[in-house]
Amino acid sequence: MYPVSLDVNGKTVSAEVDARTSLLDLLRETLGMPGSKKGCDHGQCGACTVIVNGVRINSCLSLAVSHDGDAVTTVEGLADGESLSPLQKAFVSHDAFQCGYCTPGQLCSATALLDEIKRGEPSVVTDGKVTLNEEEIRERMSGNLCRCGAYNNIVDAILSVAGEPA
Amino acid sequence: MNQQDSRKWIGQPLDRVDGPAKVTGQATYAADYRGNSPAAIGFIVEAGIGKGRIVSIDTRAAEASDGVLLVLTHQNAPEQAPFGSHDDAGRFGQSHAVLENENVKYHGAPVAFVVAETLEQARHAAHLVSVRYDQQPGVFDAEAHEDKATKPDSLDGADQADKEVGHFEPAFEKSAVTVEAEYHTPSQHASAMEPHATVAEWSDGKLTVHMAVQIIADARKGFANTLKIEPGDVRIVSPFIGGGFGSKLGIHNEAILAALAARELDRPVRVAQTRRNLFANGPHRTAHRHRLKLGADADGRLQAVSHDSLAVMSRGYPFAEAAGGLTQSSYAAEAIRMSHRIVEANVPKVDSMRAPGEAIGTLVFESAIDELAERCGIDPIEFRLLNEPETEPGSGKSFSTRPLARCLREGAAKFGWQSGVVRPGMKRDGRWLIGHGVAAAIRPNNIEPAGAEASLARDGRLTLSLDMTDIGTGTYTILGQIAAETLGMDTGAVEVRLGDSDFVETCGSGGSFGAGSTGTAVQQACDSIRTDILARAARIDPDWSGVNSADLTIDGDRVSVGDRSLALGDILDAVGGEAFRAKSHIKPGDAHKTMAQYSYGALFAEVGVDADTAEIRLRRLLGVFDAGRILNHKTAHSQLMGGMIFGIGAGLLEESLMDMRYGAFMNRDLAEYHIAVNRDVPRLEVHMLEGFDEHSNPLGSKGIGELGICGTGPAIANAVYDATGHRARKFPIHIEDVLPAVARLTKGNAASR
Ligand code: FES
Ligand code: FES
Repeated sequence: MYPVSLDVNGKTVSAEVDARTSLLDLLRETLGMPGSKKGCDHGQCGACTVIVNGVRINSCLSLAVSHDGDAVTTVEGLADGESLSPLQKAFVSHDAFQCGYCTPGQLCSATALLDEIKRGEPSVVTDGKVTLNEEEIRERMSGNLCRCGAYNNIVDAILSVAGEPA
Repeated sequence: MNQQDSRKWIGQPLDRVDGPAKVTGQATYAADYRGNSPAAIGFIVEAGIGKGRIVSIDTRAAEASDGVLLVLTHQNAPEQAPFGSHDDAGRFGQSHAVLENENVKYHGAPVAFVVAETLEQARHAAHLVSVRYDQQPGVFDAEAHEDKATKPDSLDGADQADKEVGHFEPAFEKSAVTVEAEYHTPSQHASAMEPHATVAEWSDGKLTVHMAVQIIADARKGFANTLKIEPGDVRIVSPFIGGGFGSKLGIHNEAILAALAARELDRPVRVAQTRRNLFANGPHRTAHRHRLKLGADADGRLQAVSHDSLAVMSRGYPFAEAAGGLTQSSYAAEAIRMSHRIVEANVPKVDSMRAPGEAIGTLVFESAIDELAERCGIDPIEFRLLNEPETEPGSGKSFSTRPLARCLREGAAKFGWQSGVVRPGMKRDGRWLIGHGVAAAIRPNNIEPAGAEASLARDGRLTLSLDMTDIGTGTYTILGQIAAETLGMDTGAVEVRLGDSDFVETCGSGGSFGAGSTGTAVQQACDSIRTDILARAARIDPDWSGVNSADLTIDGDRVSVGDRSLALGDILDAVGGEAFRAKSHIKPGDAHKTMAQYSYGALFAEVGVDADTAEIRLRRLLGVFDAGRILNHKTAHSQLMGGMIFGIGAGLLEESLMDMRYGAFMNRDLAEYHIAVNRDVPRLEVHMLEGFDEHSNPLGSKGIGELGICGTGPAIANAVYDATGHRARKFPIHIEDVLPAVARLTKGNAASR
């Protein structure tokens, strides 16, 4: 077992982890935060997406021991107390989910995506300047599968938030 | 919105009431449940052969491994009722015994179950279990064993496996124009984002299961019948389900394994199937061969229609899909025939996947119709309109409603359909060959028996309790709307409690019957409360007798009709009691027997096919649907879109490929089983006709969850034909299938340049 200490949603937490434990299982099993979901455990669905030091990753593909000292944001940490983040609100009002299982990952992905755009990070569909548009969103959200097929509403929710002053 | 309108909740596009829980990670799915004592974690060891016998199984290394608590195999598994017994309980309620004996039923079936303190330990130890097999030749492929094909005893979604109306052969013989073609549709896995998961715990001989399941009452029977206990000793809890699409109608291997191990260890056991597990330990839609023969007269009137299907059935698990069922209801013809044949095979459970029957049936049938229209020299929409039936062709029954023509016409106008005979390869946008396609969607409308319980407290808060599930279908929200409208109250004062076998039994979620059936039960329970309030109020104040119950409203803790008003508490105090309570139980009405009831749609697709690579991109997809009265426009819209996206998968992406030497599915993960991702999906247009089918149920609604998938795949296939001249004979459509047609077109163009 190996000690790790990390910041999760603004709180410092410490745990002893098995070297084989993924960041996802650290969150779900050891830290009692099952909000992040496991859809495949193989980096193929995005349900486990969390934000680590400002960048989204598939937490199932990353070993917990490699995150000592990191700052992690999960779906449980997106709201400000009782008040939902603009993206969370937009997901509800645009019906950007049905079963909701992919939603924690979609939300973390979308939250990080907005920062990627601000930082000017290009994607494969970027043509010149990086701007937020439907095609960029579809491309950048394609690592987050949604079997219920909420894709169009997810795109609309993200667009609606991007239109708001940050 | 004025005061009066605000009481009309049914249909309103309300946000999901479970939305906030779902966007904050507070919705607890099965694998998220944490009980009072920590659960041990289970991991399935799968059979590495498709058929044969376990000669020896060595679990010593696994048992000695760190943290391991138990290794179950057929040698030490507790006694269960034989798999399939109690078949009168239906295939979901029958025994689902696991680890029964040394015989391997299918590739990937559990041969051992390792339980340890942690997932890492269980997974590691699972790899230490060593199994030696005596492998035997198995039956995996229906076509290779067609000589063993039989007629299934029953068919899911149709009353007869074989049926002929009129005389097919002579009608086909005399047809001036014919299409005769063989199609293949693939095996598919529902691939809900939430893998099947179960947490089982025992206390005093009673089992409590937190699991992902669509129909709670059947699951309860399934556990009881497998474990030889009373259904009353099983409690199932399933408040949130991460998608079902048929795959969670019943219970699956992980559920029974968890229950067995939890009893052995006297400790809760949790197991989530891995994504890989699911391809064998969950159900799948099996591959079908379809033979279609269609004949029309010279004017394009259908004379003869036949659909013969062949597929495997999982040995000992009676399920066969009514692939040809919709020949009975789609278009008028002098003679209609369908037949279904199955081959019992050593394959994992074959079962329902979203729109069983129609999803694959429309794929091939609506493709063939398009082909016949072309051969008749008629626009595909005109052709369908020309063959609209007066009554259901297969049964002669009247349709409860038949708005297909309207869906087609309105869709054509909205899509900008250019009518005329399909002439492939005529539209171009730069390097893209453009094609347009249309198809009809049709899906039976069912109502199933369901109950509901409602309780109105003195403070004016209403609680609904029923064992219904919300699998993403919006059930929590819709039932609240129906209740609030019936009692003239605010939706905010309604609490909907679902997903618990302690509540009244319903039909659960499946076959698009959930909302209509349980919604009607909720409406009836609330209607009883309304009547009860008025009867009691009249005893206090005679001025209340004879008032119209439909005018009743509840505001806070007061009930009013017109200018009469009383506190609910005063009524209760006067007659005694703590709350107004009512239970209801509904059954399908006679009109479900005497009339043909369907939901309808028309789908329009535009594809672009790359003139060099034959890459197919869906550019537009539009659907016009009629599912009777819409209960919530927001969630209904989402369900239809979700169904259409499933249809994109059926047309272009999804197939589970089996290695026929071993009976093993090969592409057992989400990198190789392709479902549509965000960028595969264009902006979808969904239009819902405002209907009301009085024959369906008192709400006027019809099933909607499966409708979108029917029709989308064939609309895409027909668009691919329009773009390239390639007629799809197998699905999903691959680039390499289309390339020859594209090459012919581009060569032709080069020559004429
Ligand atoms: S669970 Fe991590 S990508 Fe699927
Ligand atoms: S909402 Fe169900 S998978 Fe996305």
